[in-house]
Amino acid sequence: MNKESYSIPIGPVHPSLKEPMTFNFEIYGERIEKVNLAPGDNHRGIEFMGRQRNPIQIIYLAERICGICSASHPFAFCRAVENAAGIEVPERAQYIRVIIAELERIHSHILWAGVAAHELGFDSVLYLSWRAREKVLDLLEDLTGNRINYGIFMIGGVRRDISEEQIPRIRETLEYYKDIYGKIEDIFLNDPTIALRTKNVGVLTKEDALRLCAVGPTTRASGINKDIRQDQPYSAYADLEVKAITPDVLTGEVNGDVYDRIIVRLLELVQSIQIIEQCLDNMPSGEIVVEKKLVKLLNQLKKAKGEGIGRHEAPRGEVIHYVKLNESELPEVWKARAPTYNNLMTWVPMLIGQQIADIPIVIASIDPCIACMDRVTILNKANGQKDTLTKKDLHELSVQKTRRIAP
Amino acid sequence: MKLNKYFERSLWVFHLNTGSCNGCDIEIVAGLTPRYDLERFGIKLVGSPKHADVLLVTGPVTSKMLDRVKRVYEQTPDPKAVIVVGACGTSGGVFYNSYNISGSVDKVIPVDVYVPGCPPRPEAIINGVLQAWIKLEKLRESMKVARVK
Repeated sequence: MNKESYSIPIGPVHPSLKEPMTFNFEIYGERIEKVNLAPGDNHRGIEFMGRQRNPIQIIYLAERICGICSASHPFAFCRAVENAAGIEVPERAQYIRVIIAELERIHSHILWAGVAAHELGFDSVLYLSWRAREKVLDLLEDLTGNRINYGIFMIGGVRRDISEEQIPRIRETLEYYKDIYGKIEDIFLNDPTIALRTKNVGVLTKEDALRLCAVGPTTRASGINKDIRQDQPYSAYADLEVKAITPDVLTGEVNGDVYDRIIVRLLELVQSIQIIEQCLDNMPSGEIVVEKKLVKLLNQLKKAKGEGIGRHEAPRGEVIHYVKLNESELPEVWKARAPTYNNLMTWVPMLIGQQIADIPIVIASIDPCIACMDRVTILNKANGQKDTLTKKDLHELSVQKTRRIAP
Repeated sequence: MKLNKYFERSLWVFHLNTGSCNGCDIEIVAGLTPRYDLERFGIKLVGSPKHADVLLVTGPVTSKMLDRVKRVYEQTPDPKAVIVVGACGTSGGVFYNSYNISGSVDKVIPVDVYVPGCPPRPEAIINGVLQAWIKLEKLRESMKVARVK
């Protein structure tokens, strides 16, 4: 540590972070030299609880991993269980799932736009964008019965159908977003203040994004053409045209800064609207769930044996759920990996060399979701007073272990 | 202007997330933004518990946050009210059998108002804040009376 540098702890309770998370910055003058992250404030032991519940109960637990991604986690979890138990989902249910997931993306991206504007001190945009967001929440409430935590996913399908009367309401909401999209784009892409605060701020190079396995809009803004909906199409996405969006579509260049992340999210808003429209046009009729009787479904899952993986492109990036069923009521293993877990470490290259005042917008720019991420605690061996192991210590431990186990 | 005897002062709220899933948190912000617009009553979120009249707590208390919750509570000046938003703060909710959760918020700090729901609608949160307001005003009245005596 430099003699003149000083450290600033931020969090876990901090007004610019809605979620608990601890940061420690080492700062020289105004420049950030070192970033330390200490997650774990939001760890609730969800995977542990999942191992004591049956798969249908886990859907509701998975929904509550994160209130903003409350369609993404059940989507991935249901796909994992279906994969493990060999259940085929009816086509209509697959379309409904995609519609709900894309509506969630619209709400999540508008929410993010408001939060980002708030971090820049642009509070009127926060209020306007959150007012715009209420429209999609109304639609989700109409379709699923709840504004947040939809409870629509079921293993082998969905729990509610989309009726004929609801389709015009969906179209009307999409028209509303098409109307206001021009305004949103104008505010975020043409406003000189936003450009000044976001261009060349928090740059994540393509190499760093690849090295740190970043996912979602964070990695696409660095010019990596990665999107699960495009690379491994699943559900109804297989029938639809989904292309990963990189910022060069609009500007012709990739900088990997906060501005590019705004571009990617705004373009994905349009993409989601198009996907839902295609879904409505092509939606087949038929059943919405394989097995309506839950007892029967549970019995089927009780007999199932095998491993399954479910992937889904959540608004923040790829979410993976892994499930191992072993002929028992409870799953043997359930593992969830949320996008923020990957994106977390991208903060370090983004923040180093920036100013203190840029911390909130850079942190917000990956759309972090600590509630999603904090499900893993790594316990380091606390020897005496030292509870963090430095790289040197780790290296020494590693050398000792090599010596110990070497013949 | 005074709306009625309870609306004597603007209420300032500090939002504390103790391991919530974000669901309640975004509903709280939704309650402040134009559709529901709590701010028209002068109610606003503040950046420090030292400025707050009310603590709005969401989420079950995770073990790492336990000490922080107590500290934030102690930093809030008296008279204060604590509102718990959401099912997991009131009872543990869906996370009832976790190893890392110290249980509901009322096991850690005294709670005045519970807003049930997973997550509660913004209307319910607004109602909870108003209940806390009434409680606080009564508390202030009784403190005034005690001072006069």
